[in-house]
Amino acid sequence: MKLSTYNFLTSMAIKGVKVGYPLKLTINKKDVIESEFNPVFIERLLPKLDWSAVYGAAQVAELAEDIPAAQPENIAEDEQLLQRLHHLLFEIDVLEGQLECPETGRIFPIADGIPNMLLNEDEV
Amino acid sequence: MTKLWKKYILWFAQEHVDFRVAEFESLVKLFGLQFRNLSEHRLKPFWLVEFPNDETALQYASRSIALRSIIELYSHAHTLTEFHRRLRAHVDLQQEPLKECFKADSFKITVETYNKHFSQQEKVEKIETMDYLPIEGTVDLKKPQVEWWYLEFWGLDPTAVPETPEDILFGRMMAQGQRHLIKQLSLKQRKFIGNTSMDAQLSLLMANQAMVRDGDLVFDPFVGTGSLLVSAAKFGGYVLGADIDFMMVHARCRPSRITQKVRDKDESIRANLQQYGCADRYMDVLVADFSNPLWHRRITFDSIITDPPYGIREATEKVENKFNPKENTRTAAMAHYPSTSHYSLQHLYADLLQFGATHLKLGGRLVCWLPFHREDYSEAMLPQHTHLRLVANSEQQLTGNTARRLLTYEKHMEYIEVTSSSDSVTQLAASSAQEFRDRYFNANGALESRQERRMRKAALREQGRQEMEMRGKTPSDGRAKKCDLNKARFN
Repeated sequence: MKLSTYNFLTSMAIKGVKVGYPLKLTINKKDVIESEFNPVFIERLLPKLDWSAVYGAAQVAELAEDIPAAQPENIAEDEQLLQRLHHLLFEIDVLEGQLECPETGRIFPIADGIPNMLLNEDEV
Repeated sequence: MTKLWKKYILWFAQEHVDFRVAEFESLVKLFGLQFRNLSEHRLKPFWLVEFPNDETALQYASRSIALRSIIELYSHAHTLTEFHRRLRAHVDLQQEPLKECFKADSFKITVETYNKHFSQQEKVEKIETMDYLPIEGTVDLKKPQVEWWYLEFWGLDPTAVPETPEDILFGRMMAQGQRHLIKQLSLKQRKFIGNTSMDAQLSLLMANQAMVRDGDLVFDPFVGTGSLLVSAAKFGGYVLGADIDFMMVHARCRPSRITQKVRDKDESIRANLQQYGCADRYMDVLVADFSNPLWHRRITFDSIITDPPYGIREATEKVENKFNPKENTRTAAMAHYPSTSHYSLQHLYADLLQFGATHLKLGGRLVCWLPFHREDYSEAMLPQHTHLRLVANSEQQLTGNTARRLLTYEKHMEYIEVTSSSDSVTQLAASSAQEFRDRYFNANGALESRQERRMRKAALREQGRQEMEMRGKTPSDGRAKKCDLNKARFN
């Protein structure tokens, strides 16, 4: 799972959960897969991102010193930050780990880089 | 100004004819092209159109899957004498712009006939009737500098070929369409495929319907083996997928190739994208149930391309809360596979359109298939949503009485929460999509229902087993065999 995907996942499908965001991320095993830097795509994605979850993911991935805690203005002009965001959001692949619902503590496992967001029939 | 427009022949492959107009309109919108239609007939393998310049024509050809080639028109007529008169006139009139082509060092003339076969000798004779063309170069069949096409159209009906050709056309070949991609992305050579992988041609057409362009975010909520993501990624989209089937998403389901007993370790949707050189476009796939909310409201997709399960080759499933009087004996340590229940097509499409209305960008497109029985098709059975406009609708026949339609919706207004979401979706007619599966398997109007037939077959098997035992034979354990096979898939 890439950390860009993490930014959009919620656990609001669980019965009784209202927000279910952000999920608590744990990384047990990760991989870095280099990919082509595409500034246009990053800029288009930026307004959709929740910055606190971006920063949270950076902390878990031990890249917090690369990413400011608060969203800076005019990110599009800061090429270096865009490069770092690209690395954080698209190049880090969480292979093993888990996502935890902030309200119920329900754990969604990540195996082989694929999160399993399925709920059991008594949870929906 | 109008005199500056040029005429072109669009020569199509005569396959999936119903998708041609929709694709053309999508590409015109994608690139913002100007054009004027010259031919009314939409079933012929060629159209005559006017574009303002060559760039526009080439832009269209750079994405079209339906198009074989685009040809700059020199002459078109319904009779041979008129054809030659017009060709002479055109060459005389356009001496200056055409000079360069006629002066080229090498050339080739291709003769293409539709609905009638000609020998090589006859084709050469056809070329020789145009000996008045002021061609100066020599013939080079392999790498000509200029290529002209001479086309004859002999009607659409192979059982009633007319005496003379209905249309005769001639022009300079400008570019090929993108049909080479069909071969390049062919399922035959693809690493990871399944029972319901979409063939390359249709999935490319779908990506064109969705107007996928470089840097788009594309989502498939019923991703399966990711066959639709492949073509979206090929056109520059960043792709994201989800599916309820854990085994499928992890590429551990039963192989569908007849020569393959066990899935290779390295099979995956990502591997497919790697195979075609667009691994950079892979975002993620996840295991998730479409009937439950998963995504944050802030995420917007540029397009959603999907082929929902029809319940024939892949089951229509969702996780649903069930009343369970039994004590739950599950412990946290035990692996649990949620039981799924039937996800009626009616609800599935209602959810899909609602999802599109909330998660598409304004102007973004939802492209999906709808299966139905041909006898009860009517416009009224198509799912609708107040925030989505149906912009294209093309049919592909599947069997004698079943077909599916590729529906393209465009989001035309920002989504505003309404109190009851069922207000905005008109339900499908109950007799059509909902019963698609049942009617599919009971097409001949058989008297017994599927359940009755299953019970009857089970009774027959039981009877056979008893007779076998009486004869002193031990029946082989088919169930154990199946379990072993399942285990082997994980090794």
